[in-house]
Amino acid sequence: MNATVARLTARSLLGRRRALLLLALPAILLLLAGLSRALAGREDTTTVGMLGGFALGTVIPLLGLIAGTGAIGPEIDDGSIVYLLSKPLSRSSIVTTKAAVAMAVVTVFGAVPTLLAGLVLSGTGARLAVGFGLAALVAGVAYAALFLLLAVLTRQAVVVGLLYALIWESLVGNFVPGAQALSVQQWALSITERVLGTSTAARLDVDAAVGVTTGCVLLAVVIVGGTWYAGRRLRSLRLTSDD
Amino acid sequence: MAVLRLDRVSRWFGNVVAVNDVTMEIGPGVTGLLGPNGAGKSTLIHMMGGFLAPSSGTVELDGEGVWRNERIYSRIGLVPEREAMYDVVTGWEFVLANARLHRLPDPEAAARRALATVEMTEAQDRDISTYSKGMKQRVKMATALVHDPPLLLLDEPFNGMDPRQRLHLMDLLRAMGDEGRTVLFSSHILEEVEQLAQRIQVVVAGRHAASGGFREIRQLMTERPHQYAIRSDDDRALAAAIIAQPSASGVQLLARGDVVSATGRRDTSSALHVQATDFAAFVRVLPRLAQEHGIRLYEVTPTDESLESVFSYLVAR
Repeated sequence: MNATVARLTARSLLGRRRALLLLALPAILLLLAGLSRALAGREDTTTVGMLGGFALGTVIPLLGLIAGTGAIGPEIDDGSIVYLLSKPLSRSSIVTTKAAVAMAVVTVFGAVPTLLAGLVLSGTGARLAVGFGLAALVAGVAYAALFLLLAVLTRQAVVVGLLYALIWESLVGNFVPGAQALSVQQWALSITERVLGTSTAARLDVDAAVGVTTGCVLLAVVIVGGTWYAGRRLRSLRLTSDD
Repeated sequence: MAVLRLDRVSRWFGNVVAVNDVTMEIGPGVTGLLGPNGAGKSTLIHMMGGFLAPSSGTVELDGEGVWRNERIYSRIGLVPEREAMYDVVTGWEFVLANARLHRLPDPEAAARRALATVEMTEAQDRDISTYSKGMKQRVKMATALVHDPPLLLLDEPFNGMDPRQRLHLMDLLRAMGDEGRTVLFSSHILEEVEQLAQRIQVVVAGRHAASGGFREIRQLMTERPHQYAIRSDDDRALAAAIIAQPSASGVQLLARGDVVSATGRRDTSSALHVQATDFAAFVRVLPRLAQEHGIRLYEVTPTDESLESVFSYLVAR
């Protein structure tokens, strides 16, 4: 980890209009939560729908995509990563730092608002806020690691990541039962299921495709393995030039 | 004292050979890496800076391999060709960040010194995105100098600079060389290299074509056979007169329609193609010949003056 790399990464992630973009998603989530609570009162099935479908299914993957690819992709694209690579720093510490910044961004802009939206919708009842907040936290961290790796591997990381998030996680994950076992969203949901407890989860139809142990192991593999592999790939990153 | 040694270095991308079996040694002083665009200069510099693995061969700085060796960067200052920097920060912040990345004991002092060296102190508090091309080049230079490295690698540093900035950077690089640093810069412009470099390495089509002082390189280039396209009112008579001269080694009489002028456009008239072995003597003798035989010269065009053809001659030798 390196403080200067972290500062530069945070500046380029949150600089310019990107911060507004990052703020828009959680703002919509909180707005919807507030409206729903004001108009319909407390309704736990609505909470599950909004936190599971919108927060965990859309907001978190998108934030993970923006933060994960944004932490390193633009620098690789425009070549300015060379200023980090031409320093006596290990490539893995560069990647680890950037991943940490991306994870922090997803946590602040995604997991915390999910927790808040849960509190607005259902209060502390049924532990819904905590359950989905935790799931959003680990899912966000995993997405950030995954998409950062993707940005090191390919210049088309945003497109590939969008396809993954939209097609795989949302469509295939919802309709093809087997594919659900290979979905960050489902792994994270297994944590929510555990936090809610068997009966509440069954009542509110929170049913992850994998068990909590499997889910946690797979999440850890993606987070640690993805970051490690991104560091390795950065060592052999080919810088393009105009020549 | 830093010595960069390339030993039988090749690099290919798929089946395109970008750098072909290059062996060279670059020591203290200013060295120019000269070659036309696409000759593999950037690929070479990337390998020298440890950003690209040679497909075969080795690159060593003072006996230490540079590839996958991050420690080497405390001794290398790199000025990349591409302009992109972290332009959401100011020049000062950026150079300071570079100093911190080098873990220098006093990064503020180092950044101040580097910005003063490139005369950017005045504009240092503006965002990099507001800088002109020349200013960006100077900030890039400052980031390369901030840790006082014995080896400086500069990829096309004069690109896009105005004449004043160019002179300033040349003075700076000359001073660096005089201090005993090893300075290597690439360029496709002969004059730039001529003005600045004590030693020149010529690269053409991925191959190391020549090396030496400027005089030697210049001589190699002027001593090559020169080609001219000549048009006159009696090409055949002129051809006969030219081939009688020892300074010319070949004359070809091109018929109507075969002529391609120097600009690449097909011409409708006939012309002569002359190969001169001693171009200085030939250009002196040609007007006299024409006068003696009462021939009118319409056009005398050197057909191979482009840098590429000069370079390819060096390679073909």
